[in-house]
This record gives sequence, C-alpha cells and structure tokens, in this order.
Amino acid sequence: MLQRVRRGLAGLCGGILLLVAAPASAVLEVTVTEGVAGAIPVAVAPFEWRGDAEPETRLSDILRGNLLRSGLFEIREEDLPAAATGPADFIPEPWARAGAEYVVVGSKQPEDDRIIVEFHLFDVLAEERVGGWRIPVPDDMVRRGGHRVSDIVYEAITGDPGAFSARIAFVQVERHDDGREFRLQVADSDGANPQTLYRSPDPLMSPAWSPDGSALVYVSFENRQSEVFRHDVRSGERTSLARFGGINSAPAWSPDGRYLALSLSRDGSPNIYRMDLESGDLEQLTRSSAIETEPSWSPDGETIYFTSDRAGAPQIYRMDASGDDVRRLTFESGYAARAAPSPDGRSLVYVEGGDGGFRLARLDLDDRRVTRLTDPGDAESPSFAPNGSMVLYAMSEGGQGVLGSVSRDGRVHQRLEGREGDVREPAWSPLEQ
Amino acid sequence: MNHLIRWGAVALVVGSLAACAQPVREDEDPAEREAREAAELEAEREAEREAEREARALEDDRRLDAAALDDPDSPLADRLVYFDFDRDEVKEEYEAMLEAHAEYLEANPGARLRLEGHTDERGTREYNLGLGERRGQAVRRVLNLNGASDDQIEVISYGEEMPVAFEQNEDAWAQNRRVELVYDRRE
Repeated sequence: MLQRVRRGLAGLCGGILLLVAAPASAVLEVTVTEGVAGAIPVAVAPFEWRGDAEPETRLSDILRGNLLRSGLFEIREEDLPAAATGPADFIPEPWARAGAEYVVVGSKQPEDDRIIVEFHLFDVLAEERVGGWRIPVPDDMVRRGGHRVSDIVYEAITGDPGAFSARIAFVQVERHDDGREFRLQVADSDGANPQTLYRSPDPLMSPAWSPDGSALVYVSFENRQSEVFRHDVRSGERTSLARFGGINSAPAWSPDGRYLALSLSRDGSPNIYRMDLESGDLEQLTRSSAIETEPSWSPDGETIYFTSDRAGAPQIYRMDASGDDVRRLTFESGYAARAAPSPDGRSLVYVEGGDGGFRLARLDLDDRRVTRLTDPGDAESPSFAPNGSMVLYAMSEGGQGVLGSVSRDGRVHQRLEGREGDVREPAWSPLEQ
Repeated sequence: MNHLIRWGAVALVVGSLAACAQPVREDEDPAEREAREAAELEAEREAEREAEREARALEDDRRLDAAALDDPDSPLADRLVYFDFDRDEVKEEYEAMLEAHAEYLEANPGARLRLEGHTDERGTREYNLGLGERRGQAVRRVLNLNGASDDQIEVISYGEEMPVAFEQNEDAWAQNRRVELVYDRRE
C-alpha cells in the first residue's frame, strides 16, 4: 500500500513569492503572494497530441497555471514518470513517489475543425480513477478548452464548481504626456485573451456585468459628465442609459436582467433608483439628502445592499428591492462601503476604513460576524468569483494600480499586475456565458 | 435611453418642418412670384446682418470677459478651492476670492461657470463621486449667496478620477481635494 503524502510542509507558506508563468498574450501577470499550508499536490502530464501540427497553446500548461492560481493546489513538476494518457497505461506508484496525490493525464485528437480532448483524473493514494471526460473544443478556442478542463478538474477534487471559464472586466489607465487613456478591458480569468471594449481620454468607471454575461454597464465621462452606458460585448453596440443632471453612477444589473439599480443625483443629492430596462421607467428607492450609492443585488434579487452616509459616515445598509425595510448592517468601523454579496447570498465583502487605511472585510449575514480579509492599505472595488471561492479587488503597489485576489477565507493572496499602467475596478463575469 | 427617444423626436419634427418650407404654388403669376422672391431674399439678408451684429456684440462681450478673467492680479485669477479629508465645508480663506467670482457673475449675466468637484483617492470611487458633488454644491451656495444666479452655474463631480498629483501622501491628497472653477469661454 502507498502511504498518504504529508501535506503541511508541501504547501506554500505565507509571504513566499511564487511567480506563475503568464500566458504570452496576457495583460495581467499573476503572482501568488501568500498561499496555504496544506495545498493539495497535483501532477499534470502533458496531453499527448494525436495529429500533425500541434497547437502552440498547451492545455496542460493552462490547467497547471489555473490550479496553482486557485491557491488550493501545489503542482508537482520534478521527477515525474513518463506521461500516461488514460487508465490503460496509468500506473499510480511512480506518481506517488513524485509526491502527487492527484494526477491528470490526457490526449488531444484533431477532428475536422475541433479537437477532441480526453482526460482522466486519478486519486493516486486511493489507487482509483476519480473520473474520465471527453470534450470537443473548437480548434481556435484551445485556451477556452483549457479553462473548461480546469473547471472540471477543480470541481472533481474540491466539490465546488470552478470559475476559470468566467472572464474579468476591468479598467486600465495609461498615463501619457498629453493626458491619460482609459480602457475598458475584458480578459480570461488568467489575464489572457485581452479585448479592449472601449477606450477614452476621459474617465471610465464602475463596470458591471449583465447576468447572462453578454453586456456590461459602466460610467463614462466622455460627454463631460458622468453617464451610464450599456455595452454589448460581442457587437460592441453602445447605448446611453442615464444622462441626467448631476451624478449618474454605480450601475448594478438585477439577477433577472430586468432592472438596473443605480445612483442618480438628478434631484440634488445621490439616491438609489431602479430603472426598468425594458421601458426605461425610473423608480426612486431611497429619499435622503445623504450620499446614497453603490447598490448591489442579493443573488435572489430580493434585497439591495447600498452605501449611505446618512448616519454621518459611510456605512452599509440593506433594503427590499422595492425600497422598503431599510436597515443598517455595519457598525464595526467608521467607514464601510461598496458591498459585494457572495454568490450563496450569505455574506458581504466590503471596504472597511480605519486608521491604517482601507481593507476588505467580510460580514456574515447569518451571525453578523466580521472577518478581516486583507491588511489595511488601499483596497477597493471587491468582486466575487462566480463560484464564491475568491474575491478580486483593486489596490496599489509602488504607486501602480494592481488587482489583488483573496480566497473567501482570507488565507490565499495573489496579485495581478498590469503590464502597462494602472489596473482597477475588476468585475468577475457570471459563470454561464 | 430617454435622451435617444427625445432626440429622435426632435429630428422627426425638424424633418417635417423642412418638408413644408417650400410649398408648391401652381396658381402664382410670374410678377407675383418675382415680388415674393425679392421679399424673401431681402428677409434673408436682413437675418444675416442681424446675425453679424449679434456675433460682433458677443465678440465685444468676450473681450470684456477675457480681460477681467485673464488679469493675473485679479482675485478672479484664483480658481481653486481646497478641502479637508471627507469634508465639504468651504474654508474662510476662500471667501474673498469667491465673493469676487460671484460679483463677476452678477455683472456678467451671460457668463457661465462650471464647478468641477474632486476628491483624493482614499475611499471608494462611487462614494467619492458623491463627495466631489457635495464640494461643488458647497461652492455654488457661497456664490449664490453673493449674487451669482443659479442658472449660471453647473456642478460636475469627477470624484477621484482626475487627480492632479499622483503620489500617495498627504501633500498629494490635499492637492486633489479641490473644486475647480472653470469659465465657459465660448471658444
């Protein structure tokens, strides 16, 4: 019998920097800055190519990078036995000696304009196959296929769905001698396949996804005032949704896609409104002379969380989606804002301000317990991964705007750095696109 | 969306007006037509002369505006109001300067002023949009109290999106917590 490999020391320890090779076309470079002791050791054999010219993008590389970035896995790469492709030629023992608890092996075979990817996951210590899968991947979407394989492997081992196939939107800002350029970017979850949806010399802010992932809403100052736009990701079509006097900001799509919650100051001070996207009708949900902004919907669409300084300093409140039953939720600090509800609806991650600066905190909605997720600094704009496993946020490092990510329990920290300029306001797309 | 609909409606109305500008008059005799066309031509020329006169008057106005606004020794040359962190009170030191701007606006009813409110980078972006607007409105109130008319002034908040100092220290933050007074020079 094989002995179970000890985990503890094999895991990444706090503070150790580990560079992950970024895909060639990436705009973001990912660094795991703080990992978990107890990460699961996994080995990924190169997938055998059964055709003529092999595509340059390698599925096994994408899978390794994704698993490592999740912070839950450690990738074994030394002293690996010769690659296997499936149950017929897989022998657990040499993989166990290389320190792997799980092994992924596979093959790729071209078929017309697709590639058939077949792969298997083995639990080395139990000496059993966890599962085998065959998925067709369009030959121009190998990278996407790699994310799909990663989602399957992640779920098979952890029991939670993977979020590697989801995309992230963010704002990138470059400073030039004659001004700045703002870009609305969409990229794969590993920063690859960047796509610039819109560029402007005037500020762009607050990108938020439609629930089906087909469109984004955001704020643009291109007409010398804040204005909310809807932008279709595929066609590039842009529509102005709100251009009233004063502030037009903080758009948030309802989970059923019917409404937009947003903050408008058309009547003198910022209040939360609900816009019916079909008819364009507006309903005012809050009526105060304070700053009322940053609405976000609970996953069931019944509650809207928002920021208000009606008590003198910004705090997080909740109300029914109709505007009724307003209640304050945060009491622990002098500054609490920008709540992001978790996909399971049971907690909020928000920005907490204190003497040392701003950090992310998580409020458990059941028992009202607060957990600090990052050290004080300048964290802002938290956005949950659609599987709830981690939170992306904006921060700065050495004067440069970068993205950070932290696992839901606050234990795994990573940094996503832009190759050019500042990166800010990340928004993780929904899972199904 | 509302704007699109509104502008669509305007385009429709303009389009239909253009269509009825040249009514067909088959029963008109040549002399009548000549007289009518002469009258139309004269009306057109008069309109052009009127437009020229207005443009000249505007030009004079602008020169007057520019002279006062461009004098570096005038209190009008100061166009920045700074604020404390997370505050929107206009400090006493800006009173004299804002009174001068209010007097100028009162004396030049055609002048238009945009108050651009800004914050430092601390805190969340959307909240800071609200804070920038509050600062702009605080300056507007001072100007109103001193005689400027409300419809001469427009408040725009940029929140923390348009910093002038990019370092991360109190000095830079203090420079970014500001309201800029921007005159519309009709250029």
